[in-house]
Amino acid sequence: MSAVARKEIAGYFKSPIAYVLIGVYVLIMSIYFHPALKAGYGDFVEVLGDIGVFLIFIIPILTMRILAEDKKNGTEVLLLTSPTSLPRIVIGKFLATFTVFLVIVVISFIYPLIVVIFEGVITIQLVGAYIGFILLGAAFCAVGVFSSSLTENQIIAAIISLVIMFAMWIADQYAATVGGVLGGIMEWISVLSRYKVFTDGLLTLENIVFFLSFTALMLYMTVRVIERRRWVQG
Amino acid sequence: MIEIKNLVKHYGQVVAVDDISFKVKEGEILGFLGPNGSGKSTTMNIITGYLPSTSGTVTVGGYDITTHPEEVKKRIGYLPEQPPLYKDMTVTEYLSFVSDLKKAPKSKKKSELSDIMELVGLTDHRKRLIDNLSKGYRQRVGLAQALVGNPKVLILDEPTVGLDPKQIVEIRRVIKGLATDRTIILSTHILPEVSMICERVVIINKGKIVAEDTPDRLSAGLSKIAKLNLTVKGDKDKVLKTLGNIPNVRYVTMTAKAEDSIFKYVLETGSDRDIREEIFFKMAEIKAPILEIRPSAATLEDIFISVVSSDGIKHTEEE
Repeated sequence: MSAVARKEIAGYFKSPIAYVLIGVYVLIMSIYFHPALKAGYGDFVEVLGDIGVFLIFIIPILTMRILAEDKKNGTEVLLLTSPTSLPRIVIGKFLATFTVFLVIVVISFIYPLIVVIFEGVITIQLVGAYIGFILLGAAFCAVGVFSSSLTENQIIAAIISLVIMFAMWIADQYAATVGGVLGGIMEWISVLSRYKVFTDGLLTLENIVFFLSFTALMLYMTVRVIERRRWVQG
Repeated sequence: MIEIKNLVKHYGQVVAVDDISFKVKEGEILGFLGPNGSGKSTTMNIITGYLPSTSGTVTVGGYDITTHPEEVKKRIGYLPEQPPLYKDMTVTEYLSFVSDLKKAPKSKKKSELSDIMELVGLTDHRKRLIDNLSKGYRQRVGLAQALVGNPKVLILDEPTVGLDPKQIVEIRRVIKGLATDRTIILSTHILPEVSMICERVVIINKGKIVAEDTPDRLSAGLSKIAKLNLTVKGDKDKVLKTLGNIPNVRYVTMTAKAEDSIFKYVLETGSDRDIREEIFFKMAEIKAPILEIRPSAATLEDIFISVVSSDGIKHTEEE
């Protein structure tokens, strides 16, 4: 793993930020899991489907400082004048945020485990739902990294990524109203409908490719934003 | 080692660096002088590959910064105006991160970092958070960071700013020590520093090079107008009149009264002929003993101001 990624991961776990965010998210998962457990059917697939939306609030806070802080503190100079190339730096930063997200994923394995302990059934759909959840997290982390490259103000970075994610989440609800080409685009970019396909237990190549290429596109645009700023800044 | 050719940098309509060219030989320490906003930092940012230039070329060790950025960046250690520090890391953690970032050999990392910390005087502070260090020590961490990976070229943007006098002396000694096998470009506001450390000086103003030579020769060039500081005991009107009558004296004035009937004078001569003997005999004639006579050579400060202000005045008029 790159020096940048290792440094950022260490940074997350040295400060309270990772613990607070992971703690809040685990709390939300538990709140959603509790009724399912109580009713005795313990279906974590449905829970995963419901809690995806909360990533919109958790990930912007996780990613807001990742590039904005470097710009504000002048450490960007160190990164950009080092022999490590810009794409590698951006990927390192992304991997750090994604790693924190993966910690959430690993902790959440405890719920299906509880289901198994109480002799519930783990379905193959759960694997599909987890793949969808991880891909969604990757795409959102990339949105957050991109937003953080746009400004040196962390709060603004968080708001930008929250707005982008929220727009992507609700886009398909308004797609029909808007109609035409724009409506088509809104439907295409809607992550909610694509995520629902995963939690419904359908693993389609199209959706996997969508999330992976969307993540790559966001990281590519991050590199372009930083490169462009080098040309115009004073 | 470093070659800068016809470098130009525009920020929109503003021309920050206007067609500058210079070379730095291997093992040389070059002083880079200029008032605030003259394009010093911009030039350094371009040499290190942080900013792209509008036109012109920069080559370091034979590699062009635009076509082979990684080769150039590997050879340069850069201390920017604001040291690029992560305040939530300890000194050791930070330098270890920089070492990985610069792709320095991992096997030698530990010994290299402890050597560097010893050199810049950070060994006792290696476990402290950078956030808790004073400005002087942060500056040292910045310098240490530039040294990681043993780069052959060092670009130091005002390395002694914010240090106390004792630290300044130490850091200067460190920089001089580093120069034995490295090429250094150093920018500074402190002019005596340049005469102390640098072998050659480039003065830049409004994005253009206005002077380039050794500090000594720059001083010599200006010292055609010799200045003498005199302290003479005796009637001041008589002394002034006598001094004024000496041929070649362009200007003489009393500057201060030292004690009863002892006065200080400043005297300027137009030629490079030494008139100190003549002054001695003239003063002896009027029985006014000379207590002190001291020629004052043009300092780098005089040069800097004369070189920079001739252009600067014109510019403010335009504005």
